[in-house]
Amino acid sequence: MAALLEIRDLEVDLFTRRGVLRAIDRFSLTVQHGETLGLVGESGCGKSMTSLAIMGLLPVPPAKITGGAILLEGRDLTKLSDSKMQAVRGREVGIIFQDPMSSLNPVYTVGDQLVEAIRCHFKLDRRAAAKRALDLLDRVHIPDARRRLDAYPHELSGGMNQRVVIAMAIACEPKLLIADEPTTALDVTIQAQIIELLKEIQRESRMGMVFITHDLGVIADVADRVTVMYAGKKAEEAPVDVLFDDPRHPYTRGLIGATPKPGDERRHRLVEIPGTVPGLASRPKGCAFANRCPLVFERCHVEAPALVHQAEGHAAACFLADQMEDCDVASVGA
Amino acid sequence: MKRSIVRRLFQIISLIIGVIVMNFTLIQMAPGSLLDIMTSEQQVTDPATLEHLRHLYGLDQSPLVQLLRYTWSVFTFDLGYSYRQNAPVFDIIMAQLPSTLLLMLTSLGVAVTLGMIAGVVASVKVNKVWDVVISLAAVFFFAAPTFWLGIMLIIFFAVQLDWLPVGGMTTIGEQFGPVGHVIDVLRHLILPALSLGLFYAAIYTRVMRASMLEVFSLDFVRTARAKGLSKTRVILAHVFRNALLPVVTLLGLQLGTVLGGSVVIEAVFSWPGIGSLMLDSVMSRNYPVVLGVFVLSAVVVAIANLLVDLAYYRLDPRIRSR
Repeated sequence: MAALLEIRDLEVDLFTRRGVLRAIDRFSLTVQHGETLGLVGESGCGKSMTSLAIMGLLPVPPAKITGGAILLEGRDLTKLSDSKMQAVRGREVGIIFQDPMSSLNPVYTVGDQLVEAIRCHFKLDRRAAAKRALDLLDRVHIPDARRRLDAYPHELSGGMNQRVVIAMAIACEPKLLIADEPTTALDVTIQAQIIELLKEIQRESRMGMVFITHDLGVIADVADRVTVMYAGKKAEEAPVDVLFDDPRHPYTRGLIGATPKPGDERRHRLVEIPGTVPGLASRPKGCAFANRCPLVFERCHVEAPALVHQAEGHAAACFLADQMEDCDVASVGA
Repeated sequence: MKRSIVRRLFQIISLIIGVIVMNFTLIQMAPGSLLDIMTSEQQVTDPATLEHLRHLYGLDQSPLVQLLRYTWSVFTFDLGYSYRQNAPVFDIIMAQLPSTLLLMLTSLGVAVTLGMIAGVVASVKVNKVWDVVISLAAVFFFAAPTFWLGIMLIIFFAVQLDWLPVGGMTTIGEQFGPVGHVIDVLRHLILPALSLGLFYAAIYTRVMRASMLEVFSLDFVRTARAKGLSKTRVILAHVFRNALLPVVTLLGLQLGTVLGGSVVIEAVFSWPGIGSLMLDSVMSRNYPVVLGVFVLSAVVVAIANLLVDLAYYRLDPRIRSR
């Protein structure tokens, strides 16, 4: 059986006045049915661009898919017509965006927006759709759901709104759910609740999920496998425990080193990765991470490293990936 | 809600009193008293008649007493008496009001409809040919003086093509049945309504376009697309609905200028409305009428603002819950 989602060598270019900039460069990932894939990376590395590309919602212009394929159960979404893609959105792929307060239309009630999402794909009359909307609010554990149906988004808290957004994303039982930094805009306590909710829904419905975040702590909690993205490319991919035990890319090591670990008695300082992701216009010729990498050597500046297969499902795009075992994670970047 | 309505009523009354005081004072300060103006044309010199007139119009009292009496009478719908038309000012204004309302509301109707459609199209086709064409047209009609546009329309449609009448509100010397009369007035209405309407439409187009573009970039639009809604549905149900608020504000402001906004166009098209009345009254220094029109304008502005607030209340739930 075909994978639920397979992105193959995706290329997204931005057509700007300063020329064509490559935002996503030969990026691939796979999500199996019922699996959660964590997609990690800093701001500006192309995570959200990837999720928009899957939804067919890239801002065109300036962005355009110039190569590769996005296969949903073997069907290439990049080749679908507008109307066919419309039938995929919401029905086969649902998405949750970052900021719940601005993701909902301020002039319609929560119920109206849910009903709209349901009736968009299901032939239901208003009453049946409203009943389903109520069930959905119950499912995302919104207390006093009947009353909330008539509430406007500004009358609910951020956490509540994110629950509504989640209810909307799963309203038509999609096979794939994309959660694009769903907890970034929320308080820490609410974050945990939303993550629990997403895990619960995923468990019950056996959807595949792409969980996008820059927070490795969250990834450790939700993901089965992880893809680390850097400057529009895949830096490393591995099953989640392998990634944390045996990271092979210096960038992954840097990310792990920069993540606080609860219960860590030693209280060593968090190690930051120096510098920032290079801008689209100034992507270097060689490895994009070279200017920030503690292990950089001449070859890195000349040639971009290909993915090096490490073990079953584990690969890293670094010339030194094979020699990384002995390195202490925390020492990288120090 | 109840409290805010009471507050608004209080504001309206204060506004009207303010307008009365200011304009009354201004007219008091103008050279020449009402009596001079009244009598000079008729060459009245008889002291007894002068004294009688002075007493009749209350000019023998101090300006403050006159102001207080006038203010009080306004609230009883008495706007004074016009010696020129020999009729109460209220009646004179009311006689002219329907034609101005007809002209202005038609123009605004044309403007809002045209402007919103053009604005939506321009925003959807942003930076494409249609957007450029619409935006250029908007700049043109906004920049062109309305009287010039009116004259051009007259030259083209009334003189050259002879399709429509040159001016006035009815064809003089013709007898029509009721239906024929309506058609006749509509034929006279087209050109002035168009000259004013195109000017206002230009503003609505710009505001609508900008407002739509702003809403387009908001997150919930992306969410709506992600649900699987069609582009058309997203534009109409989500973007347009939110982009409407600035347009309503603008409409409120312009409803307020309904009485004053048509002075020039009424003059160009000899339209018998408040604008023409205003112009005549200023020219002949017919102060009671001038003052009456000002007061009425203030009332219209206040009512228009009230209507806008009510519209906001309906359109934006965030205001409702405040």
